Amino acid sequence: MRVLSLIIISFLIITISYGNESKTYKILKNLRCLVCQGQTISDSNSDFALTIKEVVTEKVNEGLSEKEIYYFLSDKYGDWILFNTPLKKNSYLLWFMPYVLFILGGAILYIMIKKRTEKIK
Amino acid sequence: MKKKYLVTIYSIAIFFFVVLYLSLNKNNIYTTQENIGKKISVIQLNYFDKPGEFNIQEISNFNFTLLNFWASWCGPCRKEHKHLVELSRNSNLKIIGVNFKDDKKNAMEFLKEMGNPFFILTKDPEGKKSVNFGIYGIPETILINKDLKILKKYVGPLSDKDVREIQRIIKK
Repeated sequence: MRVLSLIIISFLIITISYGNESKTYKILKNLRCLVCQGQTISDSNSDFALTIKEVVTEKVNEGLSEKEIYYFLSDKYGDWILFNTPLKKNSYLLWFMPYVLFILGGAILYIMIKKRTEKIK
Repeated sequence: MKKKYLVTIYSIAIFFFVVLYLSLNKNNIYTTQENIGKKISVIQLNYFDKPGEFNIQEISNFNFTLLNFWASWCGPCRKEHKHLVELSRNSNLKIIGVNFKDDKKNAMEFLKEMGNPFFILTKDPEGKKSVNFGIYGIPETILINKDLKILKKYVGPLSDKDVREIQRIIKK
């Protein structure tokens, strides 16, 4: 019985720590190193990146959600620290422009093809 | 028909040209200027040379506070130090130092050599508490009023111009 509970506890500890580790890694991959050239915090070994890695690991262990950690960091360093820019008033153009261009391009293509087929007929 | 195509192609080309031109002319140097106007995080900082913690909330007792992040190993900190000493003569301003990822002995030698402008000296040996102030390199200096609101943030060493600006603000 004791052995069984020991196995279950060890399994739970390993699962939780692995879960936290992958969550930390996911967050670090989405953070920009502010003092490096286009590197993520996860990829960088700069002094700043090492500090942020420690802070994020601590926050994950404290039980903060991914969203809460992003909010904390963007509050301190601005949205620039996030690779995944949040949807805000000043980022509407960034988020919706590709869709607008896609629809516009499709419409132009449709009109061109339609006119060409009409001509052939 | 051909004219229509040309107009469309030219419009798209002009649009992309304008977007690229504006993007290239935009200043992409990262600053934390968007923190200006925000309230400073209320956290505890360890005193540099005595046990106990300094609560940032306590700066509401002073009219203006300059929070300076420095280290003895940082060259630009040495460069700006004379400005901090000059600013410390203002009775309307209290300077709080945060010794960042430093060796205590070296920091003490630095202050002995260059002078101590700090009304209160604290430390952040791991640099983790400084994240609460949006610090990403030192020296960095934050001017705060008694409502704990950030009035100015200086990234890099303080210049003569910055000192004049701080003096102008604290005179108001």
